[in-house]
Amino acid sequence: MITNNSQQTGDTGKSMHSYLAPLVQQIQPSGIRKFFDLAAGSKDIISLGVGEPDFKTPWHVREACVYSLERGFTGYTSNAGMPELREGISEYLHTRFAVEYNPANEIIATVGGSEAIDLALRALISPGDEILIPEPCYISYSPITAIGGGIPVGIETFGENNFKLTAEGLEAKITPRSKILILCYPSNPTGAIMSREDWEPIAKVVEKHDLIVISDEIYAELTYGSAHVSFASLPGMKDRTILVSGFSKAFAMTGWRMGYACGHPDLISAMLKIHQYTVMCAPSMGQVAALEALTNGMEEKDRMVDSYNQRRRLIVKGLRDAGLDCHEPQGAFYAFPSIRRTGLTSDEFAQRLLLEYKVAAVPGSVFGLGGEGYLRCSYATSVSQLNEAVERIGAFVLQLERERTE
Amino acid sequence: MKEMNELKRKVLELLKEDARSSTALMATLLGADEENVKQAIEEMERDHVIVKYATVVNWDKVSDERVTALIEVQITPERGRGFEGIAERIYLYPQVKSVYLMSGAYDLLVEVEGRNLREVANFVSEKLSPIDAVLSTKTNFTLKKYKQDGIIFEEHEEDNRLMISP
Repeated sequence: MITNNSQQTGDTGKSMHSYLAPLVQQIQPSGIRKFFDLAAGSKDIISLGVGEPDFKTPWHVREACVYSLERGFTGYTSNAGMPELREGISEYLHTRFAVEYNPANEIIATVGGSEAIDLALRALISPGDEILIPEPCYISYSPITAIGGGIPVGIETFGENNFKLTAEGLEAKITPRSKILILCYPSNPTGAIMSREDWEPIAKVVEKHDLIVISDEIYAELTYGSAHVSFASLPGMKDRTILVSGFSKAFAMTGWRMGYACGHPDLISAMLKIHQYTVMCAPSMGQVAALEALTNGMEEKDRMVDSYNQRRRLIVKGLRDAGLDCHEPQGAFYAFPSIRRTGLTSDEFAQRLLLEYKVAAVPGSVFGLGGEGYLRCSYATSVSQLNEAVERIGAFVLQLERERTE
Repeated sequence: MKEMNELKRKVLELLKEDARSSTALMATLLGADEENVKQAIEEMERDHVIVKYATVVNWDKVSDERVTALIEVQITPERGRGFEGIAERIYLYPQVKSVYLMSGAYDLLVEVEGRNLREVANFVSEKLSPIDAVLSTKTNFTLKKYKQDGIIFEEHEEDNRLMISP
């Protein structure tokens, strides 16, 4: 019966809009959505708009899942996830990022990293709490904060500083109502990473103002050059950090919706309450696949990371050759070139690039403060497509220059 | 030296993926100097590390009739030369596409290509079997090739991701 959010439809003959929760009414649809609709109708488009690996989930992972289904492994698992999976995650985080979590009470397997973030926010937010979010950032943090009754407070980060969060930037936005800081490094959409030296002053501010940190480390495996430093691994930070991650990016498992959250037992047990009353447990087949990925997937993962790294070099060079300023992304799989010199807004640029040159990319403005003037280009696509895409972008930039001089 | 070896290994991987990659593209992908890439390739060509640039063809899609057989061959090794001399006698035939010395139930695995079954059968009965050292042959005709050199012939894993996603 409910077919549209504002039209008068259905048997009641009245707008269903009035039934909606005010919090939800206030949420704007994602800016990405508009470009999705624009791109959906056109043909022969090269997409740099995709926020997921172009690899299929490695076969051994898929095969392990199929095999477990054949054996009839189709029931619920324990609320926090299969003990073997939690042990696997614990071992993995210890080996890769030098953080220790007890699989018995400090880890919960979730339906994607997204659920983990939602759980963390819902477990922590009291109405009116301010949630600090360095931007440009992943599009969901602000809306789910608002849905949870919190007030999102953006902290602008800048291209000149490689989009790193600074202690000054953070401190300037702190008020007595500040409670949570959401971090996402390596960053979607900028590709920025934070070193241990970058983190240390941030940790001091976090401690001084008694903040809780939700650290979304979904791209932790995708760094080029220096290794990822988990925020939870900094002295004194583990207890006030909820580490969120998942399998989507590192193991090319986006559709499986497998993620996890790690943190202090008190926080995890609060999150577990919400988790068990909403989704019960993460899907059992996803958990089997995730465990297989952790156990036997490192070689494939390394191969994929190698391939992203090659394409990262290709796109950065290509975008610079096309005449755009592009800082060097150190993580994730996005380049975030500046389009300021063209005089267009990022929305205009992306729209014309899509309609006139058939290249889909996401305007930086949808990622919040500091994103205007930039374009998110995913390089999780084939070398030949990337080559063609940067050529088209180059032609578009040339055309814009001609238009400006005419 | 170690760096050069590392570069060579990576260049080989790229060439295995696409033998027609330009040195400029490979240099960009690897973050290497184009001159070094050129030098690496020249050295590997000279040293016969790169033996040949070939094309992997799915002949099933070309109308030419051709059949392939994998023939298991048992032989008596020669004093002093082992399997080398007989292997050479076999691999010099143009019909023979590959020859491997194997462990297990037989000694050589010989891949033979012909226009039809009769041509392959004739090769086996008239050329291969009469060699003195050959004790027995077992001919296995290939019905369909699914994967060769790591390349899947009928790749059906297309990119079906959404055009734009978060």
